[in-house]
Amino acid sequence: MGLFNKHLGNRGLRYTRNAIIVVFLLLFALATLFPIYFMIMSSFGDPIEAGAVSYSIWPGKISLESYKFFFEFSEYSYRWLWNSLVVASVVMVSNVVFATMAGYAFSKIRFKGRGILFAVLLAAMMIPYQVTQVPLYILIVNIFEIQNTYSALILPSIVTVYNIFLAKQFMSSIPNEILESAKVEGASQGKILFTIIMPLSKTVMAVMAILTFMDTWNTFFWPFLVTNTMDMQTIQVGLKNFRFANTTYFAPMMAGATISAVPMFILFFSLQRYFLEGVTVGAVKG
Amino acid sequence: MARTASNTRNRLNRGDNAWAYAFIAVALCGYALFTAYPVINAFIISFQEYKPLGSTFNGLDNYADTFKSELFGKAIWNTVVYTLLTVPVALILSFAVAIMIMPLKKWAQTTFKAIYYLPAVASGVALSVVWLWIFDPLQGGILNQLISVFGIENQNWLGSSKTSMFSLVFMSWLSSHGTSIIIYVAALLGIDESYYEAADIDGASFWQKMWHIVIPCLKPTTLFLLVTGVIGSFQVFQNAYLMTGGGPDHSTTMVGLLIFDTAFKYFEFGAAAAQSLVLALIIGIIAFIQFKFLGKDVEY
Repeated sequence: MGLFNKHLGNRGLRYTRNAIIVVFLLLFALATLFPIYFMIMSSFGDPIEAGAVSYSIWPGKISLESYKFFFEFSEYSYRWLWNSLVVASVVMVSNVVFATMAGYAFSKIRFKGRGILFAVLLAAMMIPYQVTQVPLYILIVNIFEIQNTYSALILPSIVTVYNIFLAKQFMSSIPNEILESAKVEGASQGKILFTIIMPLSKTVMAVMAILTFMDTWNTFFWPFLVTNTMDMQTIQVGLKNFRFANTTYFAPMMAGATISAVPMFILFFSLQRYFLEGVTVGAVKG
Repeated sequence: MARTASNTRNRLNRGDNAWAYAFIAVALCGYALFTAYPVINAFIISFQEYKPLGSTFNGLDNYADTFKSELFGKAIWNTVVYTLLTVPVALILSFAVAIMIMPLKKWAQTTFKAIYYLPAVASGVALSVVWLWIFDPLQGGILNQLISVFGIENQNWLGSSKTSMFSLVFMSWLSSHGTSIIIYVAALLGIDESYYEAADIDGASFWQKMWHIVIPCLKPTTLFLLVTGVIGSFQVFQNAYLMTGGGPDHSTTMVGLLIFDTAFKYFEFGAAAAQSLVLALIIGIIAFIQFKFLGKDVEY
C-alpha cells in the first residue's frame, strides 16, 4: 500500500477516497458489461421483426420463444454446438498433451539443436497470421483436399507455439535436482514426464486447456473458410449465417449470440482463477 | 573425480536426445506443415499469378500493384488511424483502472479483474451481433437514445463514412481491457516497497510517487503492452468484417480486411500474399522502432 498515503489514521478521508475510486470502477464496469447484459436481457423478448420493437434496457417479459426460433432456423443448429464442442475438445487435448511434452523437452532436456529449434518456433509468433492464411487455405483445400471435415478444423491448431512457450516458461522453474535424482534412480525421461513433471505442472496444463478451449470455441474465420455445408459449421459460423439470413429479427439474434457465449461464461465463472492466472503466466514471466 | 562425474552424467543422459526428439516430434511436424511451409509458400505465391491449374510467375507485379493501389494506401491509413485511437486509450484506461484497484481489498480486486475480463470470453461474432443493434441507426437505437439526452441528433453510426470508423473505435474502447489490467496489476505488485518508503520519508505526494516511481518502474510493462497492442491492432479485421464489411466507401477497410477480401472475395491469392508480406514488414519495422526508441533504458 505504499503508493497510496495512509492518511495517518484519518479514516473519514480514507473512506471517501475509496468510495470515489469504487464509483469510478463501477461506472467503467457498467460500460464494459452493458453489451453482455443487453444481449442476455433482450434474448428473452418475442421473436418479432425489429420494426415493431422499441429497445429498452430494462427487462420486459421473459419468454423462450426467441431461443426456439433460433433452433428452428436450421435443422443443424444443435449440430453447430456439437461441432464446436468436438473441435474445441480435441484441439484442447492435443494442445495440452503435445505442448506439455515439447515444453518439457525444451526446458529440461539438453539435446542437440535445442536452442535453434526453439528460436525457429518463437520466430513464428512474430509472423502476422495473414501471411499464413492463404497458403494454409491452399494446403488444406487444394493439396490435402480435406475441406469440410473435422480434420481441416483441427489439424492446423493441433499444438500452438504459444502453448509450448507457456509450458516451457512454467517448467523452467521446476528445480533440476528433482529430475536428476530421479534419473540416478534409473527413471526414464518418459517416466519422469509422467510421474514428476505433469503432477507439478497441473496449473499450467489447466491454463492451457481452458484458454485453448475458449479460443477454439470462439474462433470464426478458419471454420468459416474451410466449411461449406451447414452440417459441418461451428456455432460461430452458424450464428453469422443466422444473422445474415434474419437481419431484422432482433430478439432471436440475441438468443443466438447468447447461446454461443453462455458455455464460455459458465466455464469462466467456474474456473475463473485459471483464466486470470493464464494472463500473467505468459506475459510477466516472459 | 571430475572425469567420473562427467562419465556418470553421460551415462545418465544417454538416450536423452531420442526422448527429446520424440517429445517434440508432433510439435515440429505441425509447425513445419502448418506454419513454416505456408510462410515459405507465401513468398513463392507472392511472385505468381495464382491459377488453380498451374500458377505462372509474374515477377514483382503483385508488389508493384500493392504499392500503386490507392485502396492499399487507404487501408494502411485507416489501420493507422484505428491504432492511434484505440491502443493509447486502452493503455491509459487499463493503467488508471489498475492503479485504482490497488487500495481495495483482495476479494474486490479479483471481482473487478473478473468483470473487466468477462467480455473477452464472449465470441467476437456474438459481440458483433449485439453491437450491431446498439448502433441501430433508427431513433430507437440504444446509442441514439443515449446521445439524444445530450441533444445530439440521430446518427447513422455504421452506415455513414463520417461515423463508421468512430463506431468501430468506440466498440473497442468498451471491449475487454481485462488482460492489460491484470498485467498492470501484477507489475504494480512487483514494485519494491522500499521505493515508496524512501519517498514517504522525503515527503513525496501521491502524484510525485506516481511520476518518479510507478511510471518508470512500469515502463517495461507499458512497452510490452504497447508493442503487442499495436501488432494486434494492425492485424485487426474481424470487427470490421462483421460490422461494416469495410464500408461505407472503404472508410473502415483495414489492411487485414483488404487482404482477406483480395484472397477470398476476388481469389487473387498472389496479390493477397504480396499484401500480407508487406504488412508483415510494416509490423516488423514498427515493433523495431518501438523497441529502439522507447526501450532504450529498459532492461530485459
